Amino acid sequence: MGAQRTIYLDHAATTFVKPEVLEAMIPYFTKYFGNPSSIYGIARDSKHAIDVARVQAAKALGADPDEIYFTSGGSESDNWAIKGIALANRKRGNHIITTRIEHHAVLHTCQFLEKEGFEVTYLPVDQYGLVNPEDLEKAITDRTILISVMYANNEIGTIEPIAELGAIARKHKVYFHTDAVQAIGTIPIDVKSQNIDLLSLSAHKFYGPKGIGALYIRKGVRIENLIHGGGQERRRRAGTENLAGIVGLGKAIEMATADIPGHNAKIRSMRDRLVKGVMEKIPHTRLNGHPEMRLPGNFNMSFEYIEGESMLLWLDEEGICASTGSACTSGSLEPSHVLLATGLPVEISHGSLRLSLGDANTEEDVDFVLEVLPSVVKKLRDMSPLYQKSGKEGGCNVQ
Amino acid sequence: MYSDKVMDHFRNPRNVGEIDNADGIGEVGNPVCGDIMKIFLKIDNNIITDAKFKTFGCGAAIASSSMATELVRGKTLEEAWEVSNKAVAEALEGLPPIKMHCSVLAEEGIHKAINDYRVKKGFEPWTEKNLHSHEQEDMTCQH
Repeated sequence: MGAQRTIYLDHAATTFVKPEVLEAMIPYFTKYFGNPSSIYGIARDSKHAIDVARVQAAKALGADPDEIYFTSGGSESDNWAIKGIALANRKRGNHIITTRIEHHAVLHTCQFLEKEGFEVTYLPVDQYGLVNPEDLEKAITDRTILISVMYANNEIGTIEPIAELGAIARKHKVYFHTDAVQAIGTIPIDVKSQNIDLLSLSAHKFYGPKGIGALYIRKGVRIENLIHGGGQERRRRAGTENLAGIVGLGKAIEMATADIPGHNAKIRSMRDRLVKGVMEKIPHTRLNGHPEMRLPGNFNMSFEYIEGESMLLWLDEEGICASTGSACTSGSLEPSHVLLATGLPVEISHGSLRLSLGDANTEEDVDFVLEVLPSVVKKLRDMSPLYQKSGKEGGCNVQ
Repeated sequence: MYSDKVMDHFRNPRNVGEIDNADGIGEVGNPVCGDIMKIFLKIDNNIITDAKFKTFGCGAAIASSSMATELVRGKTLEEAWEVSNKAVAEALEGLPPIKMHCSVLAEEGIHKAINDYRVKKGFEPWTEKNLHSHEQEDMTCQH
């Protein structure tokens, strides 16, 4: 039963590659394929293309080009930032501060370092997913060497007070890393005024290709290498450059940051219509994340009495690509650590739905979801033993 | 990730609903784990004449409930008791390993409904003889 069309509402997972980006990349597969480390003509063209992309990335962040290091993506950037700082600064201290809602690329790296003798503080968040700057300041000790707080959360879209947290880190002379994978292209970033020492980004979240990312490292930051080998990336990250990927990242970040307010306004208005429509049409529903301090394309709602994976399967039948915080799609049996950290009850976390809007979407997509979703929720509630149709409140009858 | 059979039973679940004045009811699972199954049985002369279910859970949980109720309909209580989680999973043409606990839940739901009937009738409840669910221990929600 194939769906007639695909409605892509999972831009937080990955995005399509914009035609302009792909067009910019193609010559670097076929014509200018030379190894940038070689000295002949086509290699010089390759090297030049990397320099251009580095400038494009630096400009988008308010950084200097020689503070940009290309990596294989967000996970490598997070691993490098955290392990690299930990290893290079272990004589100064062994304490790292992060939050409970980070991406697993940060959380699992921190857990790995705990096994290696580092101590990690996982800051709590409030019901909206916000980190309290006072909690951060209180957690800092004279052994703290790194603070890592994501710019915006991938599941609930909450935007953290990064400039404020960065100022606290700077005041205490602790390195400050932010995983900005979800933020590029939707939040104006200026690493200098926001006191960011390290920043991770990944091209496939802003209409660039997969397999390419970058780590911004402020000049003077003491950091160990993660990938050892050749002298690429100014001896900091070995491996022959992903040339076409780097070109694509440069073009994509330039396009994504050209008109952030205009881009956000269009997407936010579709998202807001979706949230409002769902709230009106479906009872026993709640919005997860912060009402205002959130990514413009992020929709995360919980529908009581039903489970997320069965919702996704029905939406897929209609051609709608979505995501959930339920355990059942994560390969584990625990629901989203992010939703749990906001204090959402476990059973309600299982019934969460994330739709992330982006440039693939139109107003017709919003209309279609508003038409389909209420009947999907109703169908599943009708077969749920938790749903009491008779009771006015329809309360969850199980502890 | 799911077989065609699972998707068929997910899309068109058989026997959804409740039975008024059911002779046996079994509710298993836990909302914390993301799965609850409630099985309703109508029993005449030791034979299951009707079986219905209500389930909160993933696609595999819904399909397992649907298949389990299909498998026990028309069976004697002794025969229905022998319908194992493996039989449910096999009838569904397989379940992903992480979803095997859904078929375990279906078997437990049927057992609980049968024992509910037995206890109501003044009989001793039957005891679980195979410990298959323990094989699934690391796949089972510990809450």
